[in-house]
Formats: sequence, C-alpha cells, structure tokens
Amino acid sequence: MIVAEQKPLAEIRELLGNAKRVLVVGCGTCVTVCFAGGAKEAGVLGSLLRMGAQLDGSAKDVSEVTVQRQCEREYLDGIREQVDEADAVLSIGCGIGVQAIAEQFPDAVVVPGLNTSFLGKPAAHGEWVERCAACGNCLLGVTGGICPIARCAKQLLNGPCGGSSKGKCEVGTGDSKPDCAWQLIYDKLKAQDRLHLITEVAPPKDWRTSRDGGPRRIVREDLKLPSTGGQK
Amino acid sequence: MNASNGTTSRLASILKHGHFAVTTELGPPKNADPEIVRAKARVLRGCADAVNITDNQTAIVRMSSIAAGVIAAQEGLEPVIQMTCRDRNRLAMQSDLLGAYALGMRNVLCLSGDHQTFGNHPQAKNVHDIDSMQLVQMVVGLRDRGCFQCGEEIKGDNPRFFVGAAENPFGDPFDWRPYRLAKKAKAGADFIQTQLVFNVPRFREFMRRVVDLGVTEKLSILAGVGPLKSPAAARYMRDQVPGMDVPDEIVERMEAAGRGIEDKKARTAAYRETGIQICVEMIGELREIKGVAGIHLMAIEWEDAVPIVTERAKLLPRPTLEPETSACPPPH
Amino acid sequence: MTAINAPVVETAGDDLNIVAFCCHYCAYAAADMAGSLRMQYPQSVKVVKLPCTGKLDVQLILDAFEHGADGVMIAGCMEGDCHYQQGNLNAKRRAAYSQDLLRSIGLEAERVRMFNMSSAMANRWAAAVTEMDETVRKLGPSPLRRGMKSAARKSSAENSSAENSS
Repeated sequence: MIVAEQKPLAEIRELLGNAKRVLVVGCGTCVTVCFAGGAKEAGVLGSLLRMGAQLDGSAKDVSEVTVQRQCEREYLDGIREQVDEADAVLSIGCGIGVQAIAEQFPDAVVVPGLNTSFLGKPAAHGEWVERCAACGNCLLGVTGGICPIARCAKQLLNGPCGGSSKGKCEVGTGDSKPDCAWQLIYDKLKAQDRLHLITEVAPPKDWRTSRDGGPRRIVREDLKLPSTGGQK
Repeated sequence: MNASNGTTSRLASILKHGHFAVTTELGPPKNADPEIVRAKARVLRGCADAVNITDNQTAIVRMSSIAAGVIAAQEGLEPVIQMTCRDRNRLAMQSDLLGAYALGMRNVLCLSGDHQTFGNHPQAKNVHDIDSMQLVQMVVGLRDRGCFQCGEEIKGDNPRFFVGAAENPFGDPFDWRPYRLAKKAKAGADFIQTQLVFNVPRFREFMRRVVDLGVTEKLSILAGVGPLKSPAAARYMRDQVPGMDVPDEIVERMEAAGRGIEDKKARTAAYRETGIQICVEMIGELREIKGVAGIHLMAIEWEDAVPIVTERAKLLPRPTLEPETSACPPPH
Repeated sequence: MTAINAPVVETAGDDLNIVAFCCHYCAYAAADMAGSLRMQYPQSVKVVKLPCTGKLDVQLILDAFEHGADGVMIAGCMEGDCHYQQGNLNAKRRAAYSQDLLRSIGLEAERVRMFNMSSAMANRWAAAVTEMDETVRKLGPSPLRRGMKSAARKSSAENSSAENSS
C-alpha cells in the first residue's frame, strides 16, 4: 500500500492561505488504512481548520467529502459541483490523488495535505515500513523474498556492506535502525538451503525500468476500449 | 598473482615478489590547499609500498581522492585511489578512472562508502548505481577485456589498475563474510584491505575459513591495523562504530596507561605510546597468520605515527624493486 | 463519520459548558450514585453517556468544542477494569491525541481531561467534576465561543436562530 502522513497543520494552513471556502477531499483506499487521509481524518482536519480560522479571526467555510479512490476519474466525477464551489481543494489523498484532482478539475486550486512517503505495509498497529521501491524489475525470487533495493540503504545487490552489525543497518539510531536487508536475505536463504542464489556476483542493475529511466507508463492493449466520443 | 596483467603498480610487484606488504592512508584536506597533501606525503614517504587516498571518508566532503593522489605522487608516494559507490554512477566512475590512469594512478580500492547521513551533507541524494563488487568487476573489465561496463571496446589506451576491495572480518553475518570475500575474488579483486583488527583470535578464525575456501590463492589480504590515540578513542570504536570489535582488554590497557599521571600532556603522551605499542605487537601477531600478505596501517589525522610504527615493527626500509616496476615518477 | 450538525449551545450568563463523556458501567453509575447521595458539585457539566469510553472518537471531542464546549471531560473505568477490556485505554490515547490537536490550533490542552473511577466512587465523580470546573473556569470560556456569541447575537438581532457553524 501507499503510506503517507499528514503535513503539519501549520503548513496546511499556510498552503490554503486566504481561501475562504475549502473542500477537504479524503480517499477511501491506502490513506484510510494508514490513518492519514480517510473520512475520519477529513472530518478531524475540517474541524481543526474551521476552529483554527475562527480563533485567528479569518473564518473559513470548510466541508469534507471522501471518495472511494481519489486516483480514478469515475470516482472524482461525483464531486465536481463541490469542487466548483470551493476556493481551494485540500486533497488528503496520496500524491497521485492530488494530481488526479488537479488534472480532472483544471480550474481548481489544489493543495496537498499529506506527504506521500513510500510503498509499504503495517509492521504493527500504528507502524508502517517500506518494502518496495517500484524498480520495475522484481528480483525477489533470488533474494528469498526480501528486497535489497527497498530495504538496503545502499541498494546493494551483493551485500552486506561492512557496516552491518548485529543484524542492523549502519543507518539510524535506536529503534529507528532498520534491519540489515542482507542479514535477512542470508538468514532466509541459509534456512532454506538456497545460498547458491547469492554465491555468484550479481551484475549491475538496469535502472531503466526504475524512475531513473524517466516517468513510467504501462499500456495493456488487450484492455484498451474502442474510443467513444467525449471520453478524455 | 595478477600483477603480470600489465599494471605497473609497485604494490602489485611487492606482493608478486612475496614481500610482506605495507600500505597506509592519507586523508585529503577539507579545502583546496595542495600543501597540506604535500606535507602529509612527506611524512609518509618511504614508510609504505602504497598509500590509500581516502574518498569523502565518512561522507564528509574533502579534496577528491584522484586529485590528492596526483599531488601525493609528485611527492614520491604510490597512491591507491579510493572510489565509493555512494557518490558516483558508472559513467562518472569510468570517466574518473580513465583520467586517473592518464595521470599516473595505478591502484584503485573499490568501496560501498559510508552512508551520507553520517557526514556533513546528509540531505544529498546517494547514488549506488552499482555496488562495490560490481565496481571491482567493472575496473577489472577495463583492464582485462579492454571494455567499458556497457560492453563497448575501449579504442586506444585502456586503464590497467591493480584492483582492491575492502572486507570487514568482524561484520555480520560473521559466517557469510568469508563467502562474500570469495565473491570478491570471483569478481577479480587483486587485493583486500580489512577493517581494523583488534580481536586477533576472531581474525585468525576468519582467515582460517578464507584460506580453506582457496581465496588467498586468488588475492592478497592486507590486515588493517591502527594505533589508538586514547582510551576514549578505544571506547568510541568499541561502542559506536558498527562492525568494529575492540576487546575490553585493549580498552583497559589504554586506560591503565594514563593512571597515576597527573600532567595532562604527559598522560596524552603515555596514551599514544601505549597505542603505538599495542599496534606494533598486533602487527607481529598478524604476520604469523597464514594468508596475511601484509598490513594496511591506518592512522587518520595522526600520520606522524606511521613512521614510528613501521620502524618499531621492523618493516623499514621498504624493499627496493627493479626500476621498471616502480610506478611513481621521480620527485622533482 | 460526519461532524455533528447541531446549533451552537448558548448558556445562561457566563456559565461554562463542560461536556462529560461517561461510560455506562462505571462513570455514569458513579455520577448516578453521587446524585442519589445528594452530593454537591458544580452544575457546569453536561453528561453524555457512552457504552464505553472506547466508543469515543477524536471527532466527538472536536465537535464539542466547535459547538460551544469550554471543556471536555472523559470519565471511564479504572485502568485494568474496563468492562470492555481496553476501551478506556483507547480513550486515553485519543484524549492525549486530541490535546495535541487542540494545541495545534492554539487552544489549551487542559480543556480536555480524562478521569478514571469505579461505579461505587461517587465522591470521585464529584471531585472530578469540581476539578474540571476549576481548571476550565481558570482558563475562561473557550475562545471559540467569543466568535459564536457575537454571531449568535447578530443573527438573533436579525430574528433567526443561532447559525449552524459550517
């Protein structure tokens, strides 16, 4: 899932500036399950913005709406009227949602309420960890299901480096020290008697399939619909 | 050994002739002053077969390894250029290597590099286009296949470096380290410099496994040693530096060295004397371990200790070689 | 969850509005007993009964303030004795979080407070209410009410009931 967290309230208020009518748009998917931008969070943020504005004498009219998936056109169609009525749209979807709203409603002033951070999973209730770097060429099959691109601070393919100590990466301190990905890979492959997967030198990665190759795009010809008039 | 592959590296020749090799380190300055490099080089001249020129060590910006290496070579040293994977992609690396060779550099040490959060530019983007093992392969490829990493042939002079890598015998997972060293041998590394050794028994065990795997037949291992400056330094290395193993006896010995000495200057001198003594003893023990082809003496920001340690450890003078194999241009 | 749409509560004179979210099993019972025993305590508290304080959402606390509360009390079972195991611990977390939220808009965190009591502790209820009243009285009415009062006066002057906020 995409994991994000809310920007500090002070930053959000600054981004909204003097906008009088604000529409807070939440998303019902990833940001709901990481408790950053779902309906509950939209409600809380709406209250805080109204009260905050009132306290410093500026008075804002803030309403909230949450769509099931902010990245998809069809779900955004339903909020067109509310968007048109607002001076500013505060999207608390991930960065994709913010852009989807901006693309679909070109006249709207859209500001982000979240910092979208990474692709990951919950490690515990209230804790999320990064797991995937979206490199476009998954090598999990040869690393025992542990990703060195996402989980190794140096993205080593022939790790670990000399800084791995007691199963922890050299980066960070205390609780925030990540596990050494290569310790995990070694332990897993050893337990499964598959160390042969890492005894040969892994060659340099082709980064073209990753963000380094430029913004990416996937097309599935088998899914494309015949174009009908009026569809964007 | 691989010195016959056309390198004119003095370090390669020393090892080829079976001498116990000595390398040391020179840390470039955090400014653009060549005189600082020259001054350090003069201290180190004659003490070692080759001198590593560090590359933005601990992710702190310093004069580049290649530039400082060229200056050091003018003072009569044979440099070992260091290159981390943190700061450069494969294009910049190969480009720098072409230039370094053209400027007379003959040895390169391939490193991952300390993470930039340790240094003075933690906000930087780190590169890690390739890792240290792939870098070894790439530099070996430039030499032995005369090709760039992409496979394209180098027309004209190709760089022919003596290629080194680092290994930490005390890093985790301990069991995997000898196998990882074997991978570096497969990648084509000619020599290895290890992290500082303070725990000799554990290092002995590591070397036993490495020799068993046949790794020492393919490359030369130089054990890392270094004089401790103070008990605080010893404690810091024991407690704060990941992957370092400093036994308590050594820390205690350093602490004991200063006990009963009131005068601060005298105490500092006593600490340093003990640090040097421990280092000299360590060298003596390491020489006896099968598979250890030399030492890599690290005395960062204490280059003055290098001539003292090498003298006392009876490593001086360094062997003279036939003129053809000497790589350094004569000093002006 | 949508915010409560309710008119702003206008109280007589300068009296305080303190909302007390009480759990059915302990706090409400304690409050009930205090009443039966005719204990004296400030009248500023209005009780809202919940099955468990664990039902409490941060939104409810914010809504209370948005609609004119000067303080919010949360009263639940003793820690370790919650009828629903951990409901009161969840409420404790949310109360602490709502204090951070209040601070972020410049409201005093002391306006939100959680108390724990067992169903027989009528005097604890009375003491809690007294303490809460004292704390909030010292802080004064919620700064949000100033704006509301003038808005209310303005609209009643125009012959309509107090405006819904937002």
